[in-house]
Amino acid sequence: MPFACIHVPDFAVEAIARSAPAADGATLRQQAVAVLEGAPPLARVTAANQKARAAGIEPGMTRLQAESCAGVVLRMRSAAQEESAHAALVDCACSFSPVVESSAPETVVLDIGGLEHLFGAPARLAQELARRLCLLGMEGNVAVAENPDAAIHAARGFAGATVIPPGKEAERLGLLPVDVLAPPPDVLEMLDRWGIRTLRALASLPPVPVTERLGQQGLRLQKLARGETMRKLAPVIEPLHFVESMELEDAVELLDPLSFLLARLLEQLCARLRSRALATNELRLTLELEVHPDVQLHAETSAGAEAVHQRKLRLPVPMQDSKVFLKLLQLDLRAHPPAAPVRKIRMETEPARPRQTQDGLFSQRLPQPETLEVMLARLNSIVGVATGDSQVWVGSPEVMDTHRPDAFRIVPFSPHTSGIKNQPVEKLVREAAEKPAQMAMRVFRPPLPLRVELRGERPAFLLLRGKRIAVAASAGPWRNSGEWWNTEPWSRDEWDVGVKLEHGLALYRIFFDQRSGSWFVAGEYD
Amino acid sequence: MRFSSHVVRAQVEAALESRFPSALSFVPRPQPEMTWTGIAAVDAACGGLPRGALTEVCGPESSGRTTLLLSLLARMTQRQEACALIDAGDSFSPHSAAGVDLSRLLWVRCKRTKRDLHVLEQALKAADQILQGGGFGLVVMDLAGLEVQAVRRVPLASWFRFRRAVENTPTLFLILEREASAKTCASLVLQLRLREEVWASGKSVPSHAQVLAGMKLEVEVARRHSSSIHDHPALLEQKKPATAARIWGAPAEKTEAGIFHARTEWAV
Repeated sequence: MPFACIHVPDFAVEAIARSAPAADGATLRQQAVAVLEGAPPLARVTAANQKARAAGIEPGMTRLQAESCAGVVLRMRSAAQEESAHAALVDCACSFSPVVESSAPETVVLDIGGLEHLFGAPARLAQELARRLCLLGMEGNVAVAENPDAAIHAARGFAGATVIPPGKEAERLGLLPVDVLAPPPDVLEMLDRWGIRTLRALASLPPVPVTERLGQQGLRLQKLARGETMRKLAPVIEPLHFVESMELEDAVELLDPLSFLLARLLEQLCARLRSRALATNELRLTLELEVHPDVQLHAETSAGAEAVHQRKLRLPVPMQDSKVFLKLLQLDLRAHPPAAPVRKIRMETEPARPRQTQDGLFSQRLPQPETLEVMLARLNSIVGVATGDSQVWVGSPEVMDTHRPDAFRIVPFSPHTSGIKNQPVEKLVREAAEKPAQMAMRVFRPPLPLRVELRGERPAFLLLRGKRIAVAASAGPWRNSGEWWNTEPWSRDEWDVGVKLEHGLALYRIFFDQRSGSWFVAGEYD
Repeated sequence: MRFSSHVVRAQVEAALESRFPSALSFVPRPQPEMTWTGIAAVDAACGGLPRGALTEVCGPESSGRTTLLLSLLARMTQRQEACALIDAGDSFSPHSAAGVDLSRLLWVRCKRTKRDLHVLEQALKAADQILQGGGFGLVVMDLAGLEVQAVRRVPLASWFRFRRAVENTPTLFLILEREASAKTCASLVLQLRLREEVWASGKSVPSHAQVLAGMKLEVEVARRHSSSIHDHPALLEQKKPATAARIWGAPAEKTEAGIFHARTEWAV
């Protein structure tokens, strides 16, 4: 049963290059890059790519020493980015096989038994693995062998895609240096003193003297050098947790460059979701802000707490489109911008099953969910959802269960999950057609102030918008009151009045508010 | 050598066929799909409202515009179509919307400011977004609460843009206003007015015993876009080959069938 191994050399550098924008990411890989860790001035080099090592960088160097090497780009190590890169690596492997072992942060092994029916020969599978890894923003080595350890060592030792035919493990692995086995430093030093530098040399040693000098560990190393070990994989069982983060060297102030970085993170998140055949209907964005001690921030950051700006996007249906998410985030951040420059971005999603719909041949056309969400966000920005404005101006109206006049609330508009589904459409339309037209009212929000001249307790003249208008006919009053047990009860006497205007007749509903002692126009019959 | 006009036309059309099919031949525009409003008198007067076109419903206060709108909304939402209402005056009353499936109605409430022009700008931008997004069976722009002078300032290019946005789509774009302002961009213009208010009892009884029972409203087709050139009597008499022309400004059609009664319903 064959196994495949994906190994990302210079993992710390790849994790940083992956989170960088595409052009810079490609440039970083082509340059000599060294990764520093630790607080300055004690930061030291912990990792470097091949070009940096060729330029003279060695692990343990200080920043000053590293800067003396010409043409080397220095970056600080980011644990969050490495964690995201490792998660992406696991997602890539899981998109091929359900049995995946995470051997190291930069190495995963997967059981590819039975996949030849899907992907063909092992060489083709290895190329597909490498291609999928590139789509997730990393470059690595892929090796296929009959046992997991041989695959791991081949991926560590050989660049690109490697396939070791069954029975040829010792022959193919023989040329690799001993350090691909990752032995303890003392064993490695001892082997080096003996002049054993390749796996072939180690494999050719007599086993008994090796056991006498190195113990069982030495025997195990010999078997690994021959590619003879066989073990079961310890599969990864990780909770589905999709998080992408990015730490910025220079804080970003403007929304346009921030959008560029958000696009990068969203592409990676959506690629990982797609690799698991999942979507998301919730996106959480956390921006860590660079706070100057003298600057007073917005109230949403509590005193003494780390300055963060959090936004949450909830979608009515699960989606996978990174462009839609980016547009929604842009509109949201324009309406609620962060109060200070951003120095770290973290994005999380809640995975969900993708939406599955079966459209009928004669079903009514509805707005596409992705287009609808962007449209609603744009409408909100047009009619002005300002900071601190708690009212909602775009959505579906819902009548509240109260007798209070004009009591309603706005709920999110989602035509795909609404409607009367149990009755046939033709019956509903027929019932609607059989009813006579019902008189409608246009309300004034807020009610228009009015002055009324009474004659015998009936309205005779109205002073509305600076004009004195005679009342031709009236009906009322009707007392409308309620919620006397609450802090805001209402009580009013309502009248329907007909007036003659310049163009003709008009009908209004007016009322006398008992609490304020004033007259108002509630609405117009139209 | 003289060539007949038919031969020349055929040669030109053949040369342009790949880019402009039938460039010089009259191609009859298909009849638009019509939608009933649910008010028999209005449907009889105008034959329904055309989809893929712009319709104006005009009238002063208490002329029945909102009654017609709610009847249309009830029909369309019951057909499970998504509808959008751009409410420039924030005057829509959900409590009046009997029969309307409110969950299928997208209500865009333009924020009230001291300047009608600012509200109008919001309404026009919202209409642009909704029409470009598509997927709605009915899009209504309610400008009835705005001053006539403000609505007159909407440039003709905006109306033309709206008309182009709904052309060849199943969307019915309805404008509610006090007077017609879209000019030739509207395929149908209905003029409404209040003919008579109906009180349940006579005027001699005490006021608290009277009830506003309803309104008698009048509808007039002020303008209709005739899409079929062959129906025009003048051209039939001339017996000329049809050309791609439109007939505008059909005479007003005010009939007795154009009077409908909107009733109130009281919970007793």
